[in-house]
This record gives sequence, structure tokens and C-alpha cells, in this order.
Amino acid sequence: MTQVEGGPKVAILGAGHVGTVIARLAARAGLPVSVAASGDPDEIALTLSVLAPGTAARWAAEAASDADGVILAIPLHRLSQIEPAALAGKVVIDMMNYWPEVNGHLAEYDRSDITSSELVVRRLAGSRVVKTFNHLGYHQLDEEARPAGDPQRKALGVAGDDPQAVALVTQLVEKIGFDAVPIGGLSAGRLLQPDGPVFGKPLGREEFESALLQVAV
Amino acid sequence: MTGGTENEEDLKVNNAFPLTFGLDTFGDLNHESGKPVSHAQTIRNVVEQGVFADEVGLDFFGIGEHHTDDFPMPAADVALAAIAARTSRIHVGSAVTVLSSDDPVRVFQRFSTLNALSNGRAEVVLGRGSSIESFPLFGYNLADYEELFDAKTALFAELMKGGRVTWSGRMRPALVNQDVVPHLDAPMPVWIGVGGSPNSVIRAARYGFNLMLAIIGGQPSRFAPYSELFRQALARFEQPARPIGVHSPGHVAETDEQAKEEFWPAYRDIITRLGPSRGFPTPTLEFYEREVGPKGALHVGSPQTVAEKVARNLTILGANRFDLKHGMPGMTQQSLLKSIELFGTRVVPTVREILGDRVAA
Repeated sequence: MTQVEGGPKVAILGAGHVGTVIARLAARAGLPVSVAASGDPDEIALTLSVLAPGTAARWAAEAASDADGVILAIPLHRLSQIEPAALAGKVVIDMMNYWPEVNGHLAEYDRSDITSSELVVRRLAGSRVVKTFNHLGYHQLDEEARPAGDPQRKALGVAGDDPQAVALVTQLVEKIGFDAVPIGGLSAGRLLQPDGPVFGKPLGREEFESALLQVAV
Repeated sequence: MTGGTENEEDLKVNNAFPLTFGLDTFGDLNHESGKPVSHAQTIRNVVEQGVFADEVGLDFFGIGEHHTDDFPMPAADVALAAIAARTSRIHVGSAVTVLSSDDPVRVFQRFSTLNALSNGRAEVVLGRGSSIESFPLFGYNLADYEELFDAKTALFAELMKGGRVTWSGRMRPALVNQDVVPHLDAPMPVWIGVGGSPNSVIRAARYGFNLMLAIIGGQPSRFAPYSELFRQALARFEQPARPIGVHSPGHVAETDEQAKEEFWPAYRDIITRLGPSRGFPTPTLEFYEREVGPKGALHVGSPQTVAEKVARNLTILGANRFDLKHGMPGMTQQSLLKSIELFGTRVVPTVREILGDRVAA
């Protein structure tokens, strides 16, 4: 299941400012998109019909069950509310950041010897976690998505330990409107974190790669 | 890349309410002769700005609660009271009140008092703003932000109805048949400030509050779908149409070049300083030029340039109120007063003219 014909079926957990942007981009790329908040789908139906037309409001477990990729578009401190069993075996895209100044302190994420995505994997044991979409702000994702071949197209780093999952997410990133640049396993996801060299910077592929190289040296 | 369509329906909704124009400040620390003035002097300067805004004919002066050395303005309502006491026409309000780390009863009391002493000129804008310092300061956890805002907005809406209040919720001790004074004897507009959260748009519609779109970076047209969501949500909750406002940063000088030069060092320095905690990259001149350009969020330039941008954004967003967030830490009082004068006497009349022409066409 490296490549899904017609593009991967996407479930987005989170219908806030981030979730609605990524839902709109995925739907515009022609992908089947379900969106779930923490509760009743009826509560987000109106929001989705206006901000992300063509997407379906569903319960979280239901949306995840038939998705090829599940995007976590929630603040990191809400991860504890996600039921790991619902995501077992799934390709899970971690676009969350640990950002204590904005979202509050989480003691376990304060350690510097491990990336936030590696801690997410511990919580979601059994999921195939891939980190991407996190290093640009939601408004940057919204404004910078462009078709393949556009000279202004920007790059998104993709980090994951499962090659098949990385391949699927790469396809998703490319479809949504960015050049996907695999950067290694989840431990390499450090390069995409808030204190890393590409955070908050929309960069073309070459600039992106050279920014990473400067740090890696 | 989304929204931004201009259509007749937007203009109709927009015209249901009078066009109004205001200034917002966060109590940005002034500099004189290259050195910061005291917190106290900055606060006194803000009061002068508010009084001057009234003199040049502006409709609103807003002060946003902040708690830092760059923005020493935690008690905005006190400064607003001073402005109200020296003016008789301009409306005064918050921009924003950080309700999540405050007590809704206290907020209601402070602003109903302001409404009383200003003879019905108080407005309240509730939100998070970009101020996060109040959370640790008052012992709140940022992780609880959403629940706090949800519960406290619900209580604030009850208080706004008037009469005795019975209320219970998780974030504050219950109220039983409580008379909360002073009672309002004139309407007091309540806005919800929204920086991107669709939930907050829905929340504003549910309670029948006004919507204030806070656009501090990127393309303002990106917010057009939020206006549409607000209108549809009002209809869903069987609420009448409500005003939509835009809050956006900027600076006006005689020429584009002068405005850009005065604003740039202060903007660069504050964004660079806040960057590490907020995730802003250090701004480059190229980035600045884009934000100052026709599709960016910074309303910086000559009166004509700023007026054209304001008119366009009001139209795109179906909004009837524009509040220019004026000043940045490090700017001089003199350049701010000049900007206020140009905004009131040149920008606003030009925006009215542009939109008047368009409506008539």
C-alpha cells in the first residue's frame, strides 16, 4: 500500500484553525476527506461546509477506521484524549508541536534527548507515525500550497521510521501542494521542531535542503 | 489562495451597519531620543493618543491587555476611563480583554462602570489576543485555554442579559440569583476577537456577539470564509445580523517611504524578540515588503495607500468596522500622533469615499 490509487483517503482529527485548513487543502487536491472533532459531528458540520467544502464530518473512530492516513491536527496537550486503539496499525501524521510558551508545559516533553514525535509514538504504540506539516504555520500552509512544477512551490520535510508509511505520506504531501523531502527517521524530526532551522520558514526544496545541511554539519 | 471574492451580497450585509473606524494599542512602550520612556509615561501617552483620536473624529479607541515590559498595559480599563473622562464622543473599549484569565463578573463590572461614566460609549472585545503572559501570572494553565474561554464567555453572555444571574460551571464558583451591579443603562457592544479559531466564530454567533477578525499576518482575504461562517452561524442560531470588524496593524505617514521607514525597525525588533516564543522567524525586508504590499496584513503607508487597502479589506471581508492597531514598541509618541492625525483626517474620509463610490456604482 505504498501508493494509493487516486490518492490516500484522509481522516483529520481536529476541526480548529489547523484542521480546517489542512482539510480544505486535501479536499481541494481531490482526496476523500473526513474530519472529526472530540465530539458529535453535527457540531462541526456547519464549520466544515463553509471552511472546508466537500469534506465529511464524522465521529473520530469512524473516520479513522477507513482512512489510509490519519492527520493529528490537535494541540499536543490533547493527545491524551485520543484512543490509541482507534489508530492501531494506521499511518498517523503528526503535525503537532511542543510549544510550551503557547500551549503550556507538558513535563514529559520538556526533555531534550528525544523528539516530540518519538514521544507521540510511545502514546500511540501500534501506529505508524510520520511527522510533517508541523514546521509551517497553518496560514502558511494555506497560502503556499501550489501544484507540482510551480517554481514557487515550497518544501515540507517528512520524517518517519516506517518506509511504507513515509511513502504514503510523501504522496499525500505532494498532492496537497508541497515538495515532500524525506529527512530520515522520527529522531531526525528534531530538524522540523520549533527550535530547528526550517520552522516557520516557507522554503523551496533547494533552500530547504541547504538549511538542513547547515545544521547537520 | 482561498476566499477573497468580492460580491454584491457581501456589500449588502456590510451596509446593514454604519462604517466605523478605530485605533487599537497594546500600550506599546514608547521611545524618545532612542531610549525607552517609563511604563508610567507610556500609559500617559496612550491616554493622550485616545483623546487625540477623538479630536480627529475617530469612532473608537481600544486598548489591549498586556503584561510585559514591551506592552506595560495590564489595566486597560483604567486608562480607558481616563480617556472617557476627557472626551464626549469616541467609543472606548478593550482590544482584547483576556477573559480566560479573568473573572467574567469582574470584567462585566469594570466595563459596565466604564459604560456608565462614558455615557454608553464602552465596548468589550473578548479573546486571547497574543497575550499569553496573563496565564502564568494569574495561575492559569494555557492548556485549559479553550475550556476557560468557553465557560467564561457563557457566563459573560448571561451577565449581559441583565437581571439576576444563576449560573454554575467548572471554571468559577457558582452564582445563585445574584444581582451583579452596576446595571447597564445603555447598550454595550460585545465582540469576540478571532485570530483563526472557527470555534470562536461559532461562539460569537451563538451568543449574538459581534465578530472582530484579528489579522496580524498573511493575506487578509484568507479570513473571508470566517465572515461567511459567522453569517451562516448567526442564521443557524436564529440571531439577527451582527457587525464584523477587522483589527490589523499599521502606521500612516505623509509618504509610503516615510511610513515604512518609521515602522520597520520597531516591527523587526519586536517580532525578532517575540519570535522564539511564538514561532515567528526573524523578519526579513523581503517579508516586510510583502506584508506591507497590497495582499499583506500590515497597513503601512501614505494615507492614500492605507485607505485603498482598508477599503479593499473591508469589502473582501464583508466588514463594517476597521481598527488600525497603531504603534509598535520603540516608536515615538510624535510619530504615533502624526499617524493618528493622518488616519483620522485623511485615511478615513478616503475609505468612505472609495466605499461610497463602490456602493453607488
